[in-house]
Amino acid sequence: MTTATTLRSRHLLGITELDPEEIDLILQTALAMKEVGTRPIKKVPTLRGRTVFNLFFEPSTRTRMSFELAEKRLSADTLGMTTAGSSVVKGETLADTARTIEAMSPDVIVMRHASSGAPHQIAKICRASVINAGDGMHEHPTQALLDALTMIERKGRLKGLRVAIVGDLVHSRVLRSNVLLLTRMGAEVCACGPATLLPPGIESLGVRVTTSLDDAIDGADVVMMLRVQHERMHGLFLPSVREYFALFGLTAARLERAAKDVIVMHPGPMNRGVEIASEVADGPWSVILDQVANGVAVRMAVLYLLAGTDGGHE
Amino acid sequence: MALLFKSVHLIDPAAGRNGEFDVLVEDGRIARVDKNLPADGARVVELPRSFVMTPGLIDIHVHLREPGQEHKETVATGTAAAVAGGFTAVACMPNTEPVNDCAAVTELILKRAADANLARVYPIGAVSMGSKGEALTEIGDLRASGCVAISDDGRPVKTALLMRRALEYASMFKMPVIDHCEDPSLKGDGVAHEGATSGLLGLRGIPGAAESVMVERDITLAELTGGHVHIAHMSARQSLRAVRDGKARGVKVTSEVTPHHFVLADEALATGDYDTNFKMNPPLRETSDRAAMIDGLRDGTIDVIATDHAPHHADEKALEFDHAPFGIVGLETALPLCIDRLVHAGVISLARLVELLAPNAARVIGVEGGTLAEGAPADITILAPDAEVVVDAASFRSKSRNTPFDGWKLTGGVAATLVGGRVVHVNDAILGRRDL
Repeated sequence: MTTATTLRSRHLLGITELDPEEIDLILQTALAMKEVGTRPIKKVPTLRGRTVFNLFFEPSTRTRMSFELAEKRLSADTLGMTTAGSSVVKGETLADTARTIEAMSPDVIVMRHASSGAPHQIAKICRASVINAGDGMHEHPTQALLDALTMIERKGRLKGLRVAIVGDLVHSRVLRSNVLLLTRMGAEVCACGPATLLPPGIESLGVRVTTSLDDAIDGADVVMMLRVQHERMHGLFLPSVREYFALFGLTAARLERAAKDVIVMHPGPMNRGVEIASEVADGPWSVILDQVANGVAVRMAVLYLLAGTDGGHE
Repeated sequence: MALLFKSVHLIDPAAGRNGEFDVLVEDGRIARVDKNLPADGARVVELPRSFVMTPGLIDIHVHLREPGQEHKETVATGTAAAVAGGFTAVACMPNTEPVNDCAAVTELILKRAADANLARVYPIGAVSMGSKGEALTEIGDLRASGCVAISDDGRPVKTALLMRRALEYASMFKMPVIDHCEDPSLKGDGVAHEGATSGLLGLRGIPGAAESVMVERDITLAELTGGHVHIAHMSARQSLRAVRDGKARGVKVTSEVTPHHFVLADEALATGDYDTNFKMNPPLRETSDRAAMIDGLRDGTIDVIATDHAPHHADEKALEFDHAPFGIVGLETALPLCIDRLVHAGVISLARLVELLAPNAARVIGVEGGTLAEGAPADITILAPDAEVVVDAASFRSKSRNTPFDGWKLTGGVAATLVGGRVVHVNDAILGRRDL
């Protein structure tokens, strides 16, 4: 299927902009990158002399560490900034933040921001390649790519795969990116969550929507659980953790409706006993730690495809 | 000196005129309108036959930002933008700093307007002190100092009880209560219309129902009190239905729509570059809402086109979509958009457009003007409906440039604007070097 050898855009802002061949290219490259992590010296000189800025305007542990590790394994010079809140909180406009960074001539900007579209706004101003590491409730493209890599490793394909995505759908950038990627690659996606947390117009992306967990799981090859933030648990979205777990929590018993070889995924961080029971998170179905490992490989692949030079790749 | 426009195409719906007339302007008023008037010492002006003379257009919904936010706009720059856009009068909303909730602020605005001496300025006073939704303003005193209506615009009239009392009290002074209808709890921290586009872009949504539940409230209360409620910047199809039903029941309800709400829909955001010039409140809604607004313009449910001219400094708009302020400037783009998208597109006639922008606007806020009948003030707009116009934000008279229409090519422009018989704006590009 792969015919693409490069990405059309110099940014990775969202799955929206990728066509199936580009998605396949990233995934194939990521598979090759996985091998680097198995070597005694886990480093290649691909991005030697390249500068990568990690701008995290919103707290993040796993995504930031995963990017940093990917950058280091590719021998890039990296530096990072973590700051809570937006640029406006500091009294600086987003445009000024972008120009300040631009003045230091980075090759790649990896950016996480609480506002949807902030990386897109930065990309309009900067010459550097911008990688979206999660923007507001919009997209988290490398998460969807690492999820796809994990599914391919376990299931050998995406086409025709039955994937249930369950949880807080409306606030989830992981949902959006996964739906875009999986539908584009021919998977059958079912999105499931409480009626108060369904995004408007989600059906237009070609997914089936249900508020019944049993319905969503029925025959699923993959069940992906999304985190439900605690602040949404007591108020106008949801009445209580207890009721949420009863209606939408994934337990071993409920998994019996799924395909026999179902895998369970979670982008983390997990709320045990809220959206997922420990017996499932730690059970034979769980590929949650594979996702973490694949995250590094996918991010290496994206960095390489956006900023690598032909001669530098070993 | 008297001015005689010879054989000009006059559209004056209030006076029932649509055809070629001679129009004599004397001492700031329309002296005579007839065929074959003698010059009698008046300076004679002949305009190209494609031009149209209309009563001075009135924009009943602008934000002039003075006092307090002069970095965005002043009365002087705002009225310069108005006359450049063909408006001879504007009504300015009270959400200044401080809020226009007392005669002192109203008088300051009127003094600045007199100094600028461009468009007429009709201040709108606040419904509640500080627009906080608690205590009524001295509406009688506001009226006496020059306010034509009351509104807490920028915010909705907070409670049903306050709305009831405002309608009752303002009716003593024959003033409308203009409401920015939006249920705050349904709006939440939304930044775009709630629909497929906001869902895809991950932007927090504001449903059309946030507007229409309050439109329904206000119409119910106008019915209860007999007061006049005017629905500002209507955007949702459900609101239109409510206004239509209210009018059918005989409730004193009028409504306005902005050009951006009948020209654009939320899909304009789908390009995905998160341009904050597409962020306004109410938000750009769905194509079905846009279509409903056009129906309303056609069938009379909507009385007025108003711009909701909302200048913001470029630095304020250069923020994340979540954090940039709501609003766009509208005075200098309204006419080309209206003529192009409504008249040339065959939605309504030019005469109907004039009705929406002049006599109806004057009637809603109860001011003189809106007609060029003999004796009326010589507030005149001269349109060039066939002129090709390219919107150029850099050349705006407004202090602010926040428009999504920059670079748009449109057919229909403003050739000149006269206030009280005095030429306050001439568009050289359209009019050439012709003397006016």
